[in-house]
Amino acid sequence: MTKMQRRDAAGLSRRGLLKGSAALGAATLVTPWGAPLRAQPVQGGTLRIGIAHGNTTDTLDPAIAEQVFTQMAIQAYNVYLTEVMPDGSLAGEAAESWEATPDAATWTFRLRDGLRFHDGTPLTAAAVVASLNYHRGDASTSAAKALFAPVTDIRADGDTAVVIALSSGNADFPVLMSDYHLPIKPARADGTMDPLGTVGAGPFVLDGFEPGVRATFSRNPDYFKPGLPHFDGLELLSIVDAAARQNALISGQVDVIDQVDLPTVRMMERAPGVVILSLNGGQHYGFPMDTRAAPFSDNHVRLALKLSIDRQELVDKILNGYGSVGNDQPINPSMPYFDASLEQRVYDPEQARWHLQQAGLDGLSVDIFLADAAFDGTIDAGLLWAEKAAAAGITLNVVREPDDGYWSDVWMKKPFTATYWGGRPTEDWMFTQVYQTGADWNETFWSNARFDELLLQARVELDQARRAEMYAEMQRLVRDEGGIVIPMFANYTMAHSDRVMTPEVVGANWILDGFRAPERWWFAS
Amino acid sequence: MILRRLLLGALVLLAVTVIIFAAIEALGGDYATASLGQAATPETVAALRERLGLDQPAWVRYGQWIGGALAGDFGASLSGGRPVADLLAGRLLNTLFLALYAAVMAIPLSIGLGLLAALWRNGLFDRLANMGTLTAIAFPEFFVAYILIYLVTGTGLFPTMAAIPPGAGLLDRLHATFLPALTLTLVVAAHMMRMTRAAIINLLSSPYIEMARLKGVPPARVIWRHALPNALAPIINVVALNLAYLITGVVVVEVVFVYPGLGQLMVDSVSRRDVPVVQAAALIFAATYVLLNLLADVLSTLSNPRLLHRR
Repeated sequence: MTKMQRRDAAGLSRRGLLKGSAALGAATLVTPWGAPLRAQPVQGGTLRIGIAHGNTTDTLDPAIAEQVFTQMAIQAYNVYLTEVMPDGSLAGEAAESWEATPDAATWTFRLRDGLRFHDGTPLTAAAVVASLNYHRGDASTSAAKALFAPVTDIRADGDTAVVIALSSGNADFPVLMSDYHLPIKPARADGTMDPLGTVGAGPFVLDGFEPGVRATFSRNPDYFKPGLPHFDGLELLSIVDAAARQNALISGQVDVIDQVDLPTVRMMERAPGVVILSLNGGQHYGFPMDTRAAPFSDNHVRLALKLSIDRQELVDKILNGYGSVGNDQPINPSMPYFDASLEQRVYDPEQARWHLQQAGLDGLSVDIFLADAAFDGTIDAGLLWAEKAAAAGITLNVVREPDDGYWSDVWMKKPFTATYWGGRPTEDWMFTQVYQTGADWNETFWSNARFDELLLQARVELDQARRAEMYAEMQRLVRDEGGIVIPMFANYTMAHSDRVMTPEVVGANWILDGFRAPERWWFAS
Repeated sequence: MILRRLLLGALVLLAVTVIIFAAIEALGGDYATASLGQAATPETVAALRERLGLDQPAWVRYGQWIGGALAGDFGASLSGGRPVADLLAGRLLNTLFLALYAAVMAIPLSIGLGLLAALWRNGLFDRLANMGTLTAIAFPEFFVAYILIYLVTGTGLFPTMAAIPPGAGLLDRLHATFLPALTLTLVVAAHMMRMTRAAIINLLSSPYIEMARLKGVPPARVIWRHALPNALAPIINVVALNLAYLITGVVVVEVVFVYPGLGQLMVDSVSRRDVPVVQAAALIFAATYVLLNLLADVLSTLSNPRLLHRR
């Protein structure tokens, strides 16, 4: 499973009740990283994380860090301009502050004083410019290239400020700078950044990296966040096989695993000394239809299909309950502009039949092209759907495709497929990358003039209420006219040993506390 | 004679490179689309292709690769540009270590069991040995592996993850890789044991064995002294086949025990379409078969004076 996932704010912690008076004392700390904690974290130990990805061909190039192993490894030894905090708010990391011109088109980031890379050289504006420029330009092969499409210029203003000019305003731009593709690494003499360089300014120093096997790190004693990280060392181990991974956790060979196999999650729940951590991070599974191709070009057909799927059944059977139902649009309840008044769509074969009649059809027979590469249980989900759709007079033929090459040969090539997306930190990001007319990843080839217009307006709108209204209308448009069936949000479901302590609020923007578990977690004494 | 076989072997390897290359081409997709996955956009794919030279026609790429390979340069991995030789060296050592470990356990065990089963054929021992080894081979190897893990978890005797930390001593390595080696032993033992037993029993009905028995040689000595030397040729062949399997076919065991061997490298590289690495790994596998078969033929010839002194 490669690819982009992204976030939402962490939901309310179920452990919130445990918060005691000790936490109130800690709350007086002034840095953003001094968030209230249940107990004073203990220093020491080596955290071993078993990760469900990892490939012999992995590199530390941030431009192609498309799976959790390399994302975790890169995050561990680097800093970013900004950081999404566990509660979903945005804090500066390398950047201390930022400001924009009123049209939100020119952004100035001011860097923190005294930041140093592991080799002792100072982290200057030149390093930031080199690091960000790596993802721009014609020759760039970065997966983050799209983020930089509106960027017209990046320049240093002295040693401590960076000015970024955009062709059009974007009120969310600082959030984009927290993206995992964008670590700040030293600049070389020619003003470029070494993508494979192992020197960063992050919480850990990289000691060794064997692609597809392990990466080892030791604590960076000069890390600028006071008291962090708590661990003396970090070891990332690639354990692709689900049984091997879970067994490694149960037998104590690793302390944390990033992914619990949902079909066997009940066994993990019963294992002694194992804590399951499940968070809704906005990751959603869906079935995009090519809205240019018949019969999906008729919105009645799309609605009939959306009404013919039993969402709760999929959450119960495919996710084993570790998720929630989706409403055919990608914004999840913990995002800032989620529209709670949008009615939840439910399984309704009668209504689906009515829509088919409106489309002038007695029944419908379509092929859906599926592979488990999209998400675990894709094919099972398709078969369950086909059972339920039959009651609405829809014959859904599940065509099994190979996992290998699924993203290049099936997805966005065949008219009706499966997909998965991680949450994005902002509504704009999600909509721009996947729903805007002509976007590279517009998997439904949907084109809606009203939607595109709202997208541009909302991006520069600084009035919160009006922005919320616009995003609400866009959610409704995607839900009622869009080309994707989104039946479920899948939680990030991890597990750790009870020796590992986590903060009260764990970030859900990405798996493993927004990839920052090594920096934020600690061992019980 | 041996030289001719070696030359033929080289020809086989050349053919293998062509077949592998063509097969990867036929799979569709290339490193650019495979590594970017869902995040691929036409623009980034094109840029990556251009940088890696993947935009050239297939025969040009093959020509460049084979030219380098003949000169001893196997090129660089498409991801990260590490030389293939460096990438493979460590993995190959791991694979050979595990194969050797398993072979040292499996070969004496299965030949010994085979001899004893032949000696006490159709007796209780024979039946039990047959049942045990056939059961082990009948299960898929990952299932054998999971059963072993299940039995060992909790006792803490052996680690279930065989990834060896760099710089571990021999004893640590043997300890860490015991479970995968045992799994492989169980998987290959039946084949060799059954072949040993069958070859010996086949000989036991020959007149010269009858003669030995009649002159009063004890049964164990009949098998050891009279039957075994003549049964060596088929046994050597089946051992060689299993050795080759231990080197080339153990990817599933590697995955279950998280052991960084050559098989996993090859599978990873195929899924990423990292052609230079796939080619080099395939060459090693093919060479293993060619050399082990050659060795088996040489040894079985040596074991048979009639073949050795053919007129």
